[in-house]
Amino acid sequence: MGLLSDPVRRRALARLVLRLNAPLWALPVAWLERTMRSVGLEVYTQSFSRKLPFPDETHERYMVSGTNVYGILRAPRAASTESLVLTVPCGSDSTNSQAVGLLLALAAHFRGQIYWAKDIIFLVTEHDLLGTEAWLEAYHDVNVTGMQSSPLQGRAGAIQAAVALELSSDVVTSLDVAVEGLNGQLPNLDLLNLFQTFCQKGGLLCTLQGKLQPQDWTSLDGPLQGLQTLLLMVLRQASGRPHGSHGLFLRYRVEALTLRGINSFRQYKYDLVAVGKALEGMFRKLNHLLERLHQSFFLYLLPALSRFVSIGLYMPAAGFLLLVLGLKALELWMQLHEAEVGLEEPGGAPGPSVPLPPSQGVGLASLVAPLLISQAMGLALYVLPVLGQHVATQYFPVAEAEAVVLTLLAIYAAGLALPHNTHRVVSTQAPDRGWMALKLVALIYLALQLGCIALTNFSLGFLLATTMVPAAALAKPHGPRTLYAALLVLTSPAATLLGSLFLWRELQEAPLSLAEGWQLFLAALAQGVLEHHTYGALLFPLLSLGLYPCWLLFWNVLFWK
Amino acid sequence: MAAAMPLALLVLLLLGRKGWCLAEPPRDSLREELVITPLPSGDVAATFQFRTRWDSELQREGGLSVLLKADRLFHTSYHSQAVHIRPVCRNARCTSISWELRQTLSVVFDAFITGQGKKDWSLFRMFSRTLTEPCPLASESRVYVDITNYNQDNETLEVNPPPTTTYQDVILGTRKIYAIYDLLDTAMINNSRNLNIQLKWKRPPENEAPPVPFLHAQRYVSGYGLQKGELSTLLYNTHPYRAFPVLLLDTVPWYLRLYVHTLTITSKGKENKPSYIHYQPAQDRLQPHLLEMLIQLPANSVTKVSIQFERALLKWTEYTPDPNHGFYVSPSVLSALVPSVVAAKPVDWEESPLFNSLFPVSDGSNYFVRLYTEPLLVNLPTPDFSMPYNVICLTCTVVAVCYGSFYNLLTRTFHIEEPRTGGLAKRLANLIRRARGVPPL
Repeated sequence: MGLLSDPVRRRALARLVLRLNAPLWALPVAWLERTMRSVGLEVYTQSFSRKLPFPDETHERYMVSGTNVYGILRAPRAASTESLVLTVPCGSDSTNSQAVGLLLALAAHFRGQIYWAKDIIFLVTEHDLLGTEAWLEAYHDVNVTGMQSSPLQGRAGAIQAAVALELSSDVVTSLDVAVEGLNGQLPNLDLLNLFQTFCQKGGLLCTLQGKLQPQDWTSLDGPLQGLQTLLLMVLRQASGRPHGSHGLFLRYRVEALTLRGINSFRQYKYDLVAVGKALEGMFRKLNHLLERLHQSFFLYLLPALSRFVSIGLYMPAAGFLLLVLGLKALELWMQLHEAEVGLEEPGGAPGPSVPLPPSQGVGLASLVAPLLISQAMGLALYVLPVLGQHVATQYFPVAEAEAVVLTLLAIYAAGLALPHNTHRVVSTQAPDRGWMALKLVALIYLALQLGCIALTNFSLGFLLATTMVPAAALAKPHGPRTLYAALLVLTSPAATLLGSLFLWRELQEAPLSLAEGWQLFLAALAQGVLEHHTYGALLFPLLSLGLYPCWLLFWNVLFWK
Repeated sequence: MAAAMPLALLVLLLLGRKGWCLAEPPRDSLREELVITPLPSGDVAATFQFRTRWDSELQREGGLSVLLKADRLFHTSYHSQAVHIRPVCRNARCTSISWELRQTLSVVFDAFITGQGKKDWSLFRMFSRTLTEPCPLASESRVYVDITNYNQDNETLEVNPPPTTTYQDVILGTRKIYAIYDLLDTAMINNSRNLNIQLKWKRPPENEAPPVPFLHAQRYVSGYGLQKGELSTLLYNTHPYRAFPVLLLDTVPWYLRLYVHTLTITSKGKENKPSYIHYQPAQDRLQPHLLEMLIQLPANSVTKVSIQFERALLKWTEYTPDPNHGFYVSPSVLSALVPSVVAAKPVDWEESPLFNSLFPVSDGSNYFVRLYTEPLLVNLPTPDFSMPYNVICLTCTVVAVCYGSFYNLLTRTFHIEEPRTGGLAKRLANLIRRARGVPPL
């Protein structure tokens, strides 16, 4: 007996789907509760509320409050120690209503089976990812992001795996899978292999990053398409956004995937029965798990659904880039050492040598000022936009979100106009020592930061390393100053973000014009700040508190007089 | 969810299984009973009990055991079996002793799987059998059906066939009414040659949440990550006006290192100090933590007991073959005297059904309940078990390649050898070699 082989159930599903097609502005909590209870699940609700730091223009929300509804299918004769989650994030529009229908049909089908060894939680969240974050925080009884949520009354033990479903129409032409999660975390590769297996079994067309799987790997087309898919994954992982509610599960070490049904202009369409069969297969396989998924890789890059690049292959690339910084720092150290020795000799021959500590002390003291000032600029970039949004809206005719973004850009540009140095304090005998020492410190600082970032989120570390390392290594006050300045500006973190947005849209075959690109850039800045406050994404603090001050140090070095 | 005691009742009658049939059964030799209790959620709990007091064994045919079919019994949500053996006195002066054997089987049928979503049930639907005849050796063979809810409102459902006698008692603090179907009563079986007890709902019941018992508990692990966590137990007292104490016993394995100074008990937002605490700390690899507390639960409240812990790193030989499954934490045990709303009258033990003996009532207004929370599964920090193999391979390769090369570099010396113009033996050898075509020495 397969899923929906019973015509009665098929009609019930069709009715559900039609009913859910009506525009929903709020989740029909009471109806969902009744329906889930009639299907035989234990139903609980959870309410949550949150005031965002500033209004979200993309999703059009500011003071968010909602209710999550979830039903637990208790496994017969099991002790409720482990569970699986099928979640459908619902936004304020009805874009995910078909998925709710499929979830209820699957719940009804699963309820009649006796082979479940783990409980299954069917979760419908409101305000998509905000609701998912509220539910996860309440389930694990932690408070990571400042969400106010009511405590959960029903639990099902430790969650082993989760699948998030997004369907916008009742027929799909392909299924897209998203693996990149919050801060670039990835689920275990076994979960992706599971999805790939059921795609092949069910004859479904499955895509990764929206691109089909290349069939021919021998000619140039296959690898080129694989490279495009790989670059798309690198860009998405580097942004650190949770691309789907699965991204929020990964922090709690729950392996999760998001499946999206795409309805494009293709002749062959699959109905929900095919999607349901694939999901049923995935859940039955996950039901058989004796241990948490840990056998396969946690760190990988995907050029195609059936191929991956493991960390042992791609990490040396980042290592070599950072080696450039290390070698440059070593060169500077040697030059500084020679300059010291050169400084000593004229004074050493006639009488006692000029004591080193004062000159070295002067060198160090001259370093403290630029370091402090650039770090203070970074702190201002992190704190001021959100704090000062109300002040800005009073004096300028802008909305709060625009105020935040414009303050960000203003502080960023202000940093460019502040090359600060204390060259007058350094002795004129060795005018080069000041900027060399500063560059040495900046190179080590950059290498340390990029090394740490590459370990946790490889794509972000690699992307920043490819752009910043050449410019940082080349920056010096002598030589073609305007050229170096242009290079440094083009490789600053904000310009990297702008460039990667253009590259991302270019790879998705939907290229942007300059004006559109700029608008997208401003929206991305606002989203970055918001996601830091709502989900704990680390891109914004890393760039503002870590890389921007470091970049400012190189800007100081460039404009050293 | 707490393992709330099903309102299943006991049943009893014991029937010895193996043995040979006696021509004349001794008195009081075998009693068999089946008690059927519909649970508030729509599931049906059925409990079989067979009791015999005998000094020889009996064989059983027919009766209630025809209902015990394995494939239906394993489609249930819950089942448990028990065997009780005890000596009993045969007469009032206790000069001779016989042995009493009692076998119990409790099952809870899932309304959705057996009833296909409807709340009607019947013996045939549950067991795929009906009762045809009583066991000829049984002195008592009865079926009790809990019809407490039904009597009040005859409009909603009907029990078929209608019962001839009923039995009332106070069980677990509530007054219950049972319909009795006696298989030894010839009128019962003769009507239709089989007894299929059915329950039909005349009006479909509303889909509302099932009622909750006065005391239930829930336990979970808070926090995430492999370093620390928090064990939280929620105790719910849903009695509208009575507060009662609960004895909470926690046994936590030694590899979850509890920080007892973080033990907090809050009821309704305020701190609740337990009347009695007994704590025995764990000793690594020897004994677990033992924490026992007497907590007063205020009326209509939720009490949260939480304690923080740290996960220990085990020695690598102490890990199980499946360490990523996790390690189990035993359920905590709650014992309480839960107040009931009914005052009971003294019971005559010999006249009453056997299931009464399983629930001794010390005071008419309370009943004793022992609850177990759910077991928990926690993950401990797990090392990568392939590392010893990797290290051995790498070290051996390094030693073989590097040490060998270094040894050669350090100890290999080159000597120049003068070619020696050998004597006769050499010239002879060269001759032979020239003949063979091999270059000369």
